[in-house]
Amino acid sequence: MNAGDPLVSGGGFALPPYANALGIEIERDAAGGAPVLAVDFSGRIEGRPGYLHGGALSGLMEMAAIAALQADLAGRGDAVRLKPVNVSVEFMRGGTAQRTYARGRVTRAGRRLAVVSAEAWQDDPAAPIATALMNIILSPAE
Amino acid sequence: MSDAADPTPGAFPFTAGLAFDPMIGARMMTGRGHGSWLGMRYHAHGSDWLELALPWRADLVGVEATGVLASGPIISLMDNATSMAVWTRLGVWRPQVTVDLRVDYMRAAEPGRTIVGRGECYKVTRSIAFVRGIAYDESPDDPIAHVTGTFIAMDGNPR
Repeated sequence: MNAGDPLVSGGGFALPPYANALGIEIERDAAGGAPVLAVDFSGRIEGRPGYLHGGALSGLMEMAAIAALQADLAGRGDAVRLKPVNVSVEFMRGGTAQRTYARGRVTRAGRRLAVVSAEAWQDDPAAPIATALMNIILSPAE
Repeated sequence: MSDAADPTPGAFPFTAGLAFDPMIGARMMTGRGHGSWLGMRYHAHGSDWLELALPWRADLVGVEATGVLASGPIISLMDNATSMAVWTRLGVWRPQVTVDLRVDYMRAAEPGRTIVGRGECYKVTRSIAFVRGIAYDESPDDPIAHVTGTFIAMDGNPR
């Protein structure tokens, strides 16, 4: 599998076409830590009028969770393939028409399974608008 | 790469208590915002379910080397299909927002294939609508993903 594949560790995190098309950017890439991803509001990600679409917001958080796991796995010698099993998303506040940020956090990365959460916020990181929890299967990359 | 143009902003043609015709309603709602940009369109409906279709597109891919669609568009598809299933069951439109959504990914979507999202609303209370659904390509018997979720009504349940 190619380096830069978002679902294989070791090649560095690269945003996939879907993320680029939505306008998701790497806002802050902390060395060895989970990067902050961000997306500007546009008609492309609008749900009900004036608000961020829940699916687009979920996509942003999933991307942030994968990026956090990539950073966490970077220390392992061998490349690891990531296979998302599920995601649970809770929506706490309506996302308004402004820049939205998300960052993932690895709760546990074992040999076969990783549990990763992500939070999304707008003007205040302490007031998340949504959270996501993912289970991701880890296996050796061919 | 076939990138879609930004949707043109338009008036939101829904008010609380307005009769909801699933086919017309879904066509209007997929004609704006994120759903329009993704290329969603009405597919089918029954008394308490509604299907939207999402054609494969190169710029919606999650892993460039394989051409497999990203999971984000599938969540969006299921959010919209389950949301519209609530209005389909009620027969009227009411403002609501997603409280939570869980998606289980059972297999990767086949590159190039249109994905159908079937949302079903199995219970509505004064404030909450309970939904479930599947995303599939060839057959509903071999789903790509399974979802469950809830929506909360923003001003109670219209009678």
